[in-house]
Amino acid sequence: MKFSDFVADDAIRATVVADSKEGVIREMTQSLVDAGKISAAEFESIVKAIMKREDLGSTGIGRGVAVPHTKHPSVDRLVGAVAVSPKGIQFESLDGEPVRLFFLLVSPPDRPGDHLRALENISRQLRDESFCKLLISAKGPAEIQHLLEEADVRGIVS
Amino acid sequence: MSIRGNGGENKTEQRQLDMSQETLSRKVVVGMRQGLHARPADLLAREARKWQSRIELIAESQRVDGKSILEVLTLAAEAGTRLVIEATGPDAQEALEAIGHLFERNFNEYENDNKQVF
Repeated sequence: MKFSDFVADDAIRATVVADSKEGVIREMTQSLVDAGKISAAEFESIVKAIMKREDLGSTGIGRGVAVPHTKHPSVDRLVGAVAVSPKGIQFESLDGEPVRLFFLLVSPPDRPGDHLRALENISRQLRDESFCKLLISAKGPAEIQHLLEEADVRGIVS
Repeated sequence: MSIRGNGGENKTEQRQLDMSQETLSRKVVVGMRQGLHARPADLLAREARKWQSRIELIAESQRVDGKSILEVLTLAAEAGTRLVIEATGPDAQEALEAIGHLFERNFNEYENDNKQVF
């Protein structure tokens, strides 16, 4: 699965305002509402579900990356938002490091395979440290989108 | 599920020395309906890191470091996927038992409790 298969173009934020775990989750979920990918009426329910998942164990998977996520019956396909916090946010990550790069995923309850393949793609691409650095230092959403597109092309080649 | 050693079986002092690099392997099946997603991958990598041995997970065409959640997630192992866990080092057997146990217990995921949570 490629980034372009789940990342909503209009839900990419190069500089989040939030400085807390819940804050960044709210901001990213709102970006999905703004992008028309999830319904405003479901906003609180989705944020709550993502926070509930975080309570079971942080999705900060190391290297300054977190993948907050949930299943939610209001979506009929996997949708994702991308955000960068240049200064980093304490996310109780597995390696204790602050998180700068976020991929937030909301998927339909009956599609666990899609969710797995999105996680696969994210983790595979982020093994490339220079790719992480480029995303974190990107100047705006267009640059992030461009980097993700490049990674998609690279993914097909390799 | 069997634990199979590639090294010799006689319990001599020589074997003790060799054991530091002995590779043992164990077959497991991903039993969780949601597959090997972020939470079980985290539990697996955490368990693997407790041991000195090198731990690798092998799917059909892929071999990854079991101590890294990022690597484990790249397997995208869905329910029913067969994996081989390989451990190389002085505590290989204990490590395999501990990790195998996680798979046997489906990483403590019960359909009813966790229906809504990956």
